[in-house]
Amino acid sequence: MSQSLDRQKAKPHLAEEWVGKIYTFLCILFLITTIFSIVYFVASKGLSTFIVNHVNVIDLLTGLKWLPDGEPALFGALPFIFGSFSTSILAACLAAPLGFCAAVFMVEISPKFGRKYLQPVIELLAGIPSVVYGFVGLSVIVPFFRDVFPGQGIGIAAGALVLSIMILPTITTIATDALAALPKGLKEGSYALGSTRWQTIYRIVLPTTLPALMTGIVLGIARAFGEALAVQMVIGNAPHIPRSLFESASTLTSAITLSMGNTAMGSLANNALWSLALILMLMTFVFVFIVRFLEGRSKL
Amino acid sequence: MKAKTADKIATSIIMAVAALIVLVLAGLLGYILFRGVGHISFHFLTSAPESIRKGGGIGPQLFNSIFLLVLTMIITIPIGLGAGIYMSEYAPMNRITNFIRLIVEVLSSVPSIIVGLFGLLVLVNLFGFGFSLFSGALALTVFNLPLMVRITEQGLKGVPREQKEASLALGLSKWKTITSVMLPIALPVVLTGTILAAGRVFGEAAALLFTAGMSSPRLDFTNWNPLSPFSPLNPFRPAETLAVHIWKINSEGLAPDAGQIAAGASAVLVITVLVFNFGARWLGRYMHRKFTAIK
Amino acid sequence: MQGIGLSAKDLSVSYGDRPAVKKVSLDFAPKQVTALIGPSGCGKSTFLRSLNRMNDLIPNCTVTGEIWIRDQNINSPATDVVSLRQKIGMVWQRPNPFHKSIYENIAFGPRYHGVKKKKELDEIVEESLTKAALWEETKDRLHNSALALSGGQQQRLCIARSIAVKPDIILMDEPASALDPVSTAKIEELISELKREYCIIIVTHNMHQAARVSEKTAFFLMGEVMEYDSTNNIFTNPQRAETSDYITGRFG
Repeated sequence: MSQSLDRQKAKPHLAEEWVGKIYTFLCILFLITTIFSIVYFVASKGLSTFIVNHVNVIDLLTGLKWLPDGEPALFGALPFIFGSFSTSILAACLAAPLGFCAAVFMVEISPKFGRKYLQPVIELLAGIPSVVYGFVGLSVIVPFFRDVFPGQGIGIAAGALVLSIMILPTITTIATDALAALPKGLKEGSYALGSTRWQTIYRIVLPTTLPALMTGIVLGIARAFGEALAVQMVIGNAPHIPRSLFESASTLTSAITLSMGNTAMGSLANNALWSLALILMLMTFVFVFIVRFLEGRSKL
Repeated sequence: MKAKTADKIATSIIMAVAALIVLVLAGLLGYILFRGVGHISFHFLTSAPESIRKGGGIGPQLFNSIFLLVLTMIITIPIGLGAGIYMSEYAPMNRITNFIRLIVEVLSSVPSIIVGLFGLLVLVNLFGFGFSLFSGALALTVFNLPLMVRITEQGLKGVPREQKEASLALGLSKWKTITSVMLPIALPVVLTGTILAAGRVFGEAAALLFTAGMSSPRLDFTNWNPLSPFSPLNPFRPAETLAVHIWKINSEGLAPDAGQIAAGASAVLVITVLVFNFGARWLGRYMHRKFTAIK
Repeated sequence: MQGIGLSAKDLSVSYGDRPAVKKVSLDFAPKQVTALIGPSGCGKSTFLRSLNRMNDLIPNCTVTGEIWIRDQNINSPATDVVSLRQKIGMVWQRPNPFHKSIYENIAFGPRYHGVKKKKELDEIVEESLTKAALWEETKDRLHNSALALSGGQQQRLCIARSIAVKPDIILMDEPASALDPVSTAKIEELISELKREYCIIIVTHNMHQAARVSEKTAFFLMGEVMEYDSTNNIFTNPQRAETSDYITGRFG
């Protein structure tokens, strides 16, 4: 034992440390490479419509007619963009109040019952596959709308309703976390002044948790915006801006889902679909940045 | 007494909403199970689908879904664990790490249809894997990785610092400390999350339309040679999964009993998701009890 | 002189810009118990955690100065901390047994360090538990979870675990502060036994404990060592006013 500690024995652990470091680093590198290649490939394909096929960007974004087989072929994506925004924002408008109420119920009114029943229900709603939502939408909501409202039942209203149930878990979970994280003293102060629970909620709780609630809503919109199959099944897929909520319409995702398999790789019609995918992806990034911004606000 | 009246009204509304949400789920599950379970039979679960005639089953699709799930988890778990360990234990606190965090967040919010398109472009065409189980599994891996990373990170962050220090103080390497002391403690969290992620994989369809494909070759369930194109075990054959099948028969199904088949298949899918969900919940509780038990 | 001691020279520790330990120099003799006392936040625990480089784990924490064990400065980047920590055992304020069986808690370290034979491991387990005065209580349930033991037993298990890898030095960070008086007495008894073989450095809040178990005592205040002397002198004849104020309970 007279040598220094460094030289006592062969050190397999040093090799082991390196194996661990390198292995985990490669894993994270795989992740980073993946996201960059997704951005690169979708962008290069999506941009080729403008660069190779010389379609005007403004025409694509504002054009009202999508006629890939037409003479001349027209690529106006506004109906799809409109469809995506209207369904997802409408879905958020439906789901946000419900999610907020559910969160208030779980945190303020009956935490015990909430945790035991409502929480698992919300988690199950999140776990149900989107094709199942689409199927139920198609076989329940669409016929119901057809009977009650003028039109075929398909359309933005049916899409938004299906989406609202799908994004309810996202909004509820974030709202619940925000409400539960509220300092106790804040509410107690209000109760001490003789306020009722509802007064406390809308005067104190709602304003303080607003940024976090907004985060949940934006995340919900983002999820609705990117959802493909459930919407595609109930929206009707007509490529124009509908005149009512109960008339066939399309979204970015539904257009991609329907036509991507039917167009030849590299053709103009195919490239135009990739441009739609690019718009979808860029919107996702916008949503992520809005969420980041809101999260920064809610930490203050 | 206006404030009190408002309070009462608001409370009733909130309780009504909570009840409504429970009813929506109950109605949803009830409808699917009520319509679908009657159609589920041994024949339905094992026989091949029919395109025009009545009486088709979902056998190959069910097999494909399960096989694809297994393949996906085999790829996802080691990479997800590794990346999660890196983020939780090795990543230095600096700008690059923050940037990686942002990247993981972005990847987790990329719509699954985009992941599918990326798979079509890169896996199916560029790498030449074709419409195959393998392409599908890789696409689902991409779709699932951010979740897996988050789960692992969460699990490891929950390990008490003293446990980590105790192991290091005995002269164990960091890697050994992570794998033998920290991961076992994080296991309940990681396992529960992984099962829930598996449920998500099982029901995913949009990412698979253009990667695993929308058709299945005529499978020969007596041929277990993984290299044969008709063998169910061949990972390089196209494979329509249950979720994709539901979508397909709803949008272009020609069989007269398409509605029933979709209902039956949806019921199978929902039952599987329920089993995953309750399984995860039960396992999480069981392991928590076992690890913290006094006896 | 046999055994291995340790000496710190000008050791400073800071968290970010905030200094926690300022240029502390202390020598620790082998086969002796040295107590580090002082009010909360005086830097004694931080100092202790620097001795086995445990502060490396804390981001923003910088340790400067030298720590000598025999002829080697272990506070240098070239030091293999993993081998180093095998030679320096550590016991925490709250017992932190691994979530494994009693047997595995002890065998875990030695197995990693190359003891593979079941028989040898069995011997190490018995020997370590015996030294930690825990063998009689646990020999019939070695394969039960360590978490089922009482707090005091868990702490003795943690001591057994650290001596199983044959360290020269054992660091103890308030090892009895979370225990009841009976368990505390057992731990103190154990410390007196262990000093026959190891150099023990113990941080304690309890001055009676320091007086009972240690040969030498260092009094820390605001990150500096005010006084370092034999325990007897510190408690009966302190040289500095701060020391006597602390000992007589005027602050801290």
